[in-house]
Amino acid sequence: MMDLAALAPLATLAGAAIVVVLAISFARGHRLAFALTLAGLAASAAWLPAVWRDAPWSSTLLVVDRYALFYIGLLLATSFAVALLAFPYLARGEEPAEEFYVLLLIATLGAAVLVTSRHFAAFFLALETLSVSLFGLLAYFRTTRRGVEAALKYLILAGASSAILLFGAALVYAETGSLELAAMTRAASGARALVPAGLTLVLCGIGFKLAVVPFHMWTPDVYVGAPAPVTAFVATVSKGGVFALLLRAFAAEERLDATPIFAVLAAIAIASMLAGNLLALLQRNVKRILAYSSIAHLGYLLVAFLAGGSAGREAATYYLVAYSATTAAAFGVVTALSSPGREAEDLADYRGLYWRRPALAAVFTASLLSLAGIPLTAGFLAKYFVLAAGVGEALWALVLVLVAGSAVGLVYYLRIIVAMLAPASEGATMPATPRTAAFVLAVLFAAIVWFGVWPAPLQRWIAEAMAGLS
Amino acid sequence: MILVALIAILLAGGLIAWIAGPRAPALARGVSIAALGVDLVLALPLGARRASGAWLAEASAPWIPRFGISIHLAMDGLSYLLVLLTLVIGILAVLTSWREIRERVGFFHMNLLWVLAGVLGVFLSMDLFLFYFFWELMLVPMYFLIGIWGHERRVYAAIKFFVFTQASGLLMLLAILGVAFAHRAATGTLTFDYADLLGTRIAGPAAFWLMLGFFIAFAVKVPAFPVHTWLPDAHTEAPTAGSVVLAGLLLKTGAYGLLRFAVPLFPDASRDFAPVAMLLGVIGIVYGAILAFAQTDLKRLVAYTSVSHMGFVLLGTYAWNDVALRGVVVQMLAHGLSTGGLFVLVGFLQERLHTRDISRMGGLWAVMPRMGTLALMLAMASLGLPGLGNFVAEFLVLLGAFRASPALTAVAVVGLVFATVYSLRIVGRVFHGGNDAGWKAPDLGAREVAVLAVMVLLLVWMGLAPNAILETAGPGLDALRESARAALGAGGAP
Repeated sequence: MMDLAALAPLATLAGAAIVVVLAISFARGHRLAFALTLAGLAASAAWLPAVWRDAPWSSTLLVVDRYALFYIGLLLATSFAVALLAFPYLARGEEPAEEFYVLLLIATLGAAVLVTSRHFAAFFLALETLSVSLFGLLAYFRTTRRGVEAALKYLILAGASSAILLFGAALVYAETGSLELAAMTRAASGARALVPAGLTLVLCGIGFKLAVVPFHMWTPDVYVGAPAPVTAFVATVSKGGVFALLLRAFAAEERLDATPIFAVLAAIAIASMLAGNLLALLQRNVKRILAYSSIAHLGYLLVAFLAGGSAGREAATYYLVAYSATTAAAFGVVTALSSPGREAEDLADYRGLYWRRPALAAVFTASLLSLAGIPLTAGFLAKYFVLAAGVGEALWALVLVLVAGSAVGLVYYLRIIVAMLAPASEGATMPATPRTAAFVLAVLFAAIVWFGVWPAPLQRWIAEAMAGLS
Repeated sequence: MILVALIAILLAGGLIAWIAGPRAPALARGVSIAALGVDLVLALPLGARRASGAWLAEASAPWIPRFGISIHLAMDGLSYLLVLLTLVIGILAVLTSWREIRERVGFFHMNLLWVLAGVLGVFLSMDLFLFYFFWELMLVPMYFLIGIWGHERRVYAAIKFFVFTQASGLLMLLAILGVAFAHRAATGTLTFDYADLLGTRIAGPAAFWLMLGFFIAFAVKVPAFPVHTWLPDAHTEAPTAGSVVLAGLLLKTGAYGLLRFAVPLFPDASRDFAPVAMLLGVIGIVYGAILAFAQTDLKRLVAYTSVSHMGFVLLGTYAWNDVALRGVVVQMLAHGLSTGGLFVLVGFLQERLHTRDISRMGGLWAVMPRMGTLALMLAMASLGLPGLGNFVAEFLVLLGAFRASPALTAVAVVGLVFATVYSLRIVGRVFHGGNDAGWKAPDLGAREVAVLAVMVLLLVWMGLAPNAILETAGPGLDALRESARAALGAGGAP
């Protein structure tokens, strides 16, 4: 019985996807599909408290412990927000919208299974589930050149990185004889070169999904070409799931900096922080700015990961929560102002937004300030916890680069805020803010401020979730 | 609790002003004055308390226990005076912008009050993380004040101000974390409380770098040469109330930070670094004065005088003896009023003439005699005329600095001469001479005279009877010197 209960959140998600498919077959309707999706996500989340009590549960492939449940909750909440944002967006388009929700549910399922994986087979399976769903989501508006171009770029790079990932896993398996993630990473400090080499290749595959330098080339183009809600999904759920897996995989490895992997990841982190921030300076396209900034933010996250220990893991998780809320809010604003034919991505579209749509501009400002790490926002406390973890482990180079990157980041975040404050020009008329989007953005705004001022409840929760990790 | 109320009233007042703004701008202004007035009424009696411990008032509550961060506020004589300065300048700033700000009045006053709340928080925080929190909190509303209601190059100035302050602030955050973790390594507990961290023994080289982190952040704010370049732009492009708050208060937060944190936490490193800091102060005095004289934009001229005056603060702080520190406190107060007053004056002038270019002005005394009188008084204050607050301040600072370094003091005195030159330039070029351009403008109204008169009267009081201030600040300053001295011998061992 425990088996069924532990897998209930995942099974509910899968069931919801099937239900929506059936609904499409018998009674195609956008509202129906939307409602069923929300119900499925909510039902899956409803299982979490019950499973939390009895956690952990594990099998060969999966482990459902509190860590996994926490992240599943985060992923479900973010998907819920994305679905709410996508509904009015899709309604403005001409493609049938129902299949979007199926793909969304399956992608969420893939991310959720990623978080519960403890075996390479589950990891790869979940990764591919997530990727294939994303191909469909990215190319959803298949008559537009941009969408197809974005999806093709992602497809080719995802395929290549998956192949590299498999090769790396094979190398590690050749040496250790085990495909369990913990066993694979534990051998990282071994004497033979095969394991670190294999792990580095695995990190290449993971790095692609996380969009860190030098695997980041797809990010700006895909962010721009994809429909805005899909961009929000890629930026939050996809990265969040993979990062959670990374945290778990190396959780057993207390002294990470004894391994060569540390040097690799440190170089990746520094390069991401610098390149992400510097390249964003040159952009005039809001979605591209957010894309490069997300590269930088994953660099900051890697600093927390490299700090290791409970402090580093808790900081990384807090950062992921703050980052998810903030990014969802930012792309939510973009979505609210966009329609499938015409995305609100140019800086000129935001000129004078504060005078035309003060509420939207306020939410966008809050999320930009959170990304910049200004107090009163979740992003500030999150960045502070990461800094604390880094300083605690004396990772001075990483920490100084983090500070430098944040300072640079300010410039382009401020540029967007300044544009919003400019006198209202006679810009193109934008669609009115839909009710669902307004609701989601209000909740996310409250979350950004709440987690920036009163972190204690969330911190306690995270500490409980991390307790199970070895 | 009263300290929490001081900050909370301003925050709440700001929100109310923002909400009331679109419907009733006058209400927004009234609420702002009311909030500041209530705060002033609450804060004034605190100075009469004879300190039963170190503090006149204190409040503490846990915030993020996992990190040992608490909401710990405390007030001694030094912060008491600065809190009063904040509230007085705040009221005067709101009165100054009574007619100047016409758009988004509610949002303007919200930003103004939130900057003031941040400043109050900086002056009252006894927890390093909370200090940083309020330090950063001052930034965003100030950025909006400059960026929305400023003058021609406001966007550039606002971004420059923000990036300078934020970058240096992040360095300070690193230093704060460094101190906290060094304390944890020594004692086993992680805490950010000021009192707990005060005696932390940190090894020599590490202490120097941590001290530098703090110093750079405060040096940017003071502003010290060479990180002062944000100030002329920010001050010039800000609206009048913004300039007044910038010059009157934000610069003082940097000085306060040096007094309260940078030196007492790292006495050895500060003692070694003092000659450099004093040299930077003296360079600021002379350089600021020379550049002030060279300006044709009246507001930029006053901005550079800020650099010059705050050089005295830097000099006095790192001289670190009882006379110099008292001089620093008086200079903080006097400069806030005198330079604030000059900015108010320039604002009134710009409202009437729609220009800040001195070369186009002249002979305005005949047209606006009241403004000329008050301008003369403020210019006299700025140059350090005996009888006004700035003289007392500069005299004490130089007296104290002489004990530490006669050579630097000699150069600083030369700066006084330059101060005379630029102050007289303000009056001579603008108000004396012939009215070639044929300006006609209404003289100061009752409200405007009131604002400037209050500042002048306070400066006169400070100049003639500074003892009240010196005695109020005295115990706090002596405590700081004591804690630094206590840690001086103990620190340094690895």
